[in-house]
Amino acid sequence: MGKTLFDKVWDNHVVQSIPNGPQVVYIDKHFIHEVTTPQAFDGLRKRGIAVFRTENTVATVDHNIPTKDQHLPIKEALSRHQVETLIKNCHDFGIELYGLGHPSQGIVHVIGPQLGITQPGMTIVCGDSHTSTHGAFGAVAFGIGTSEVEQVLATQCILQTKPKKMRINVEGELSKGVVSKDIILYIISKISASGGTGYFVEFAGSAIRSLSMEARMSICNMSIEMGARGGLIAPDQTTYDYIKGRDFAPKGEDFDKAIQYWTSLCTDDDATFDLEYYYDAADIGPMVTYGTNPGMGIKIDDNIPDKEDAGLEKSLAYMNFQKGESLIGKPIDYVFLGSCTNSRIEDLRLFANLIKGRKKAENVTVWVVPGSKQVEDMAKREGIDKILEEAGIELRQSGCSACLGMNEDKIPAGKYCVSTSNRNFEGRQGPGARTILASPLTAAAVAITGKITDVRDFL
Amino acid sequence: MEKFTYLRTNGVPLAVEDIDTDQIIPARFLKATTREGFGDNLFRDWRYNADNSLKQDFVLNNPTYSGKVLVAGRNFGCGSSREHAAWAIHDYGFKVVISSFFADIFKNNALNNGLLPLIVEENVLQQILQQIQSHPETELIVDLEQQLLEVPSIDILVKFDINPYKKTCLINGYDDIDYLLSIKEEIVKYETQRTTV
Ligand code: SF4
Repeated sequence: MGKTLFDKVWDNHVVQSIPNGPQVVYIDKHFIHEVTTPQAFDGLRKRGIAVFRTENTVATVDHNIPTKDQHLPIKEALSRHQVETLIKNCHDFGIELYGLGHPSQGIVHVIGPQLGITQPGMTIVCGDSHTSTHGAFGAVAFGIGTSEVEQVLATQCILQTKPKKMRINVEGELSKGVVSKDIILYIISKISASGGTGYFVEFAGSAIRSLSMEARMSICNMSIEMGARGGLIAPDQTTYDYIKGRDFAPKGEDFDKAIQYWTSLCTDDDATFDLEYYYDAADIGPMVTYGTNPGMGIKIDDNIPDKEDAGLEKSLAYMNFQKGESLIGKPIDYVFLGSCTNSRIEDLRLFANLIKGRKKAENVTVWVVPGSKQVEDMAKREGIDKILEEAGIELRQSGCSACLGMNEDKIPAGKYCVSTSNRNFEGRQGPGARTILASPLTAAAVAITGKITDVRDFL
Repeated sequence: MEKFTYLRTNGVPLAVEDIDTDQIIPARFLKATTREGFGDNLFRDWRYNADNSLKQDFVLNNPTYSGKVLVAGRNFGCGSSREHAAWAIHDYGFKVVISSFFADIFKNNALNNGLLPLIVEENVLQQILQQIQSHPETELIVDLEQQLLEVPSIDILVKFDINPYKKTCLINGYDDIDYLLSIKEEIVKYETQRTTV
């Protein structure tokens, strides 16, 4: 029987299978950041052991940092301490750190691909659930807990039970105003926030194939939002073209050899999945969420479901929305363009193209936060900062920012934020904050009008 | 890791579905660099008002309910990979979480910290939740060796699943890392023999 893409990569990394137990899986690349690692390094110290393969771990700071005045010391003492702890740990254990001010610093899932570290066929982990992002390259990439971070540091391996396999096929052409973020919000609204639990998901079909690498990353990024362990997409010419020439990409003959191997990374025709879904790209519209988990999404011109459901009622009470109503026209206080879902240069371009020549609405505060220092520099070279400035919007510095209420960028209690991030959980963007997930295009439309708007009105 | 074998205790009912890790421990409390003390902020925004006073209607603030088992709605622990969620629950004093469905990463994290994620059928979960809500003194018995959950007052006796390897780890208090360190030679052999990348 044939193998799926996932089988090929996974099976190639099994060091040992414990009878009746999990498998020992070898990890090629390990990304770390300040929040989920201090206790892991402490564990190594207590055991008196070193990092096993220092060259396979790369560190950055992203969650806890301010996105303004990054040259100044971090104001909040606990955040500063966590960042300083990472600096010390990387120094003590010999790990490369792209710290604040470094030209390669950025959100961990933005810098991996951007530096060419993320490549097809690899196993990649990070103490962060959105590690699934790297799956866009045909890598098996998933989030782990801190105990597992310690395992990888100590042995370059973790113990895992092989997940089940799902394939989601999206065929056809996307309509006007619909981008990859809408595809994934649509899929999650169909499958629910737990529908992927226990599975590793391959995204396939002509609509997926037609996407750029950055657009593919937004989709794999949110596989965790349907509960899946991770998502992946078979590598193709788009993938190779993206990787070629990046800092850590194989060079010359090595690159040609790599492509030969990468080309074998596809699901065989006779391979089977435990579960498969089929969607028609033409059925997808610009999406928004109305509730407090990412499965609670609707097409922007649909109404909030009207049904008896305790979870729905609890969510709507938090959001202060009513069953059966439309969201169009609801006033919005904040717009956040950023996070590892949508903070790459293409996202900033999409946003800026719509904003160009217009002004942001008086009633909204708009934060545009590049996912990395490189994206920030590129945006400036392309004049995106000027376009934003003329619209009354500031381009900030790179970091996780308002994606999670951990750094200075928090949405105040009760305020509504249209956000290109990935989670609309209660309090995710700050205690009491109300999050509406949407695409960069929809976020741009909302920034201009100050209320929930169908971006197609502008196209 | 703390060993877990057998428990006879009361339960705390939290009949909410899709409880995500941002509710279990909000991101702003993830700034610590040690594993201790997270229990104070478990369910922070459901437990406390903005002025730090207790929210009277939240179950953890209701002295009627106590015990070392948290009984929660389906899809418990979805969201982020933060192990802090498992630390917070364990640090607060729970040894077991019963639900009909757990998110993958949370389940792993719990097992790596001596916290047992115990899966029961949805109808069993609902029976237990109702029973505890109306009779807080209800006794729950968890026997990991036998893989049995018993609620004698409503005649529930169910066998639960757990990976045999993980079961051995929990019973003996072994960490995965001890095992991985013991097979270091095999890992090195894999590195030299692998064919790709
Ligand atoms: S941007 Fe958000 S989701 Fe992504 S790594 Fe940072 S906090 Fe996590």
